Amino acid sequence: MAAMNFGFGINKPRVIDLDRNNLRKSDEILREMPELQTCIGCGACTALCTAGNLTSFNFRRVHTLVRRGEYEGAYEEMNKCMLCGKCRLACPRGINTRGVVMLIKRKLGDF
Amino acid sequence: MNRNWKEYQKEIADDHYYYARSCIRQNFFPGSEKAFLDIMRNDLNRDCFDDPLHTSCTGIGYHADIVPLDTIMAVVARQFALMGEAGYENFISSCITSFGIYTEILATWEEFPETEERARENLYKATGRTLVKPRNLAHTSDIVFHHREAIAARARHRLVNVLTGEPLRVVEHIGCHYAKIFPKSGVGGSEFPYVLAGMVESWGGQCVDYPERRHCCGFGFRNYLVQANRGYSVANTQKKLESMAPYKPDFIVANCPGCAMFLDKWQYTIAEMEGTTYGENGHGIPVLTYEEMAGLVLGYDPWALGMQMHQVDVEPLLDKMGIEYDPAAKYLGMNGKYIGQPASAIVNCGSQDTIYNIKQ
Repeated sequence: MAAMNFGFGINKPRVIDLDRNNLRKSDEILREMPELQTCIGCGACTALCTAGNLTSFNFRRVHTLVRRGEYEGAYEEMNKCMLCGKCRLACPRGINTRGVVMLIKRKLGDF
Repeated sequence: MNRNWKEYQKEIADDHYYYARSCIRQNFFPGSEKAFLDIMRNDLNRDCFDDPLHTSCTGIGYHADIVPLDTIMAVVARQFALMGEAGYENFISSCITSFGIYTEILATWEEFPETEERARENLYKATGRTLVKPRNLAHTSDIVFHHREAIAARARHRLVNVLTGEPLRVVEHIGCHYAKIFPKSGVGGSEFPYVLAGMVESWGGQCVDYPERRHCCGFGFRNYLVQANRGYSVANTQKKLESMAPYKPDFIVANCPGCAMFLDKWQYTIAEMEGTTYGENGHGIPVLTYEEMAGLVLGYDPWALGMQMHQVDVEPLLDKMGIEYDPAAKYLGMNGKYIGQPASAIVNCGSQDTIYNIKQ
């Protein structure tokens, strides 16, 4: 039986459900780059990102989503990074942000 | 009593009520308000004045940004003036939206006396009436809560599964405008609302504590009133239903007209859209108003309470409570006149066509 058309649909939730997300890739990334756990989310990396100034690329957003198991579109987003490395100079925690970009691309290339 | 806990209590008048009806409940749950008056007058011997002169509080228009604040204050001032003219000082409201409006406007008048003067003046210019502020303002669920032990003493049925002897598992849902706006206006405040839980516990049931217990039902006024926004409204209800379903509730009880309506009707919508149901055996979860719950406990006929107007069939619940009912009389109104029958629906497993064979 065809579903009834009410003129509207049911909005899908935008919450990040850690119980449902598959965190295997995220765990692998954190195992290989444990310093990423020291990120305080200050956003300095994103604030001075040249790619972010020219496109919608947001490094803080993407790596935060990846750590929470939200992988969709992460590879494509990371491809916007020009690997200039300014984010690494700004990071107060000294995280190898370029390494994070490369690691996420390597791990999530097939997502 | 612990001093901190006292702050969560509320003064509720014991008798002599001026009853303000809800505009939307007349359509959604037409038996509930009559049941309230019958219980108060016939079972509890309380004086309850049902005034035909009062109007809608215009709260839905106010929350939809159609009715300005000065207008709604004048309308509310008129309701209070009618109460004074009738010789009452305890104002009770059947609707949670109205209750929130009355609470908000009384608080506004308290904080900004010039707005009260303006409303008083507007009321006099428009109608010639004089504003009398109520001594006590309560929602009708507060009143039923206040008399819950008296109702329990007269109970003919309890919220107990007669087949197993176990308490019925009840999801109690409190309307957001009951105490989330002004916490002191509700029993238990906004943090520990006890108004429905108290009734359920007094009448033998058991409340279900589930993660989204205090989430909004999804009405949200403008989120529903505009058709394009209804996806957000139904998504909120779905979030609640998904959260409560694993606890296998026997029924939902709500003290707000909108909540009872949306928790009931959206189950139909979700079932028709996605084929998902949340109750036992592929059925929906019955949704009751607190007057219907009290009426069933006191032995009222479920069809006299208007329970045939629910989208989700209530018969499984009636069977669990051991309540006798006549299936053939379900869609018979006053003087045995056939009132029409809804089309079969997935939320009721499409079973109505086969269970009830009523000839039109």
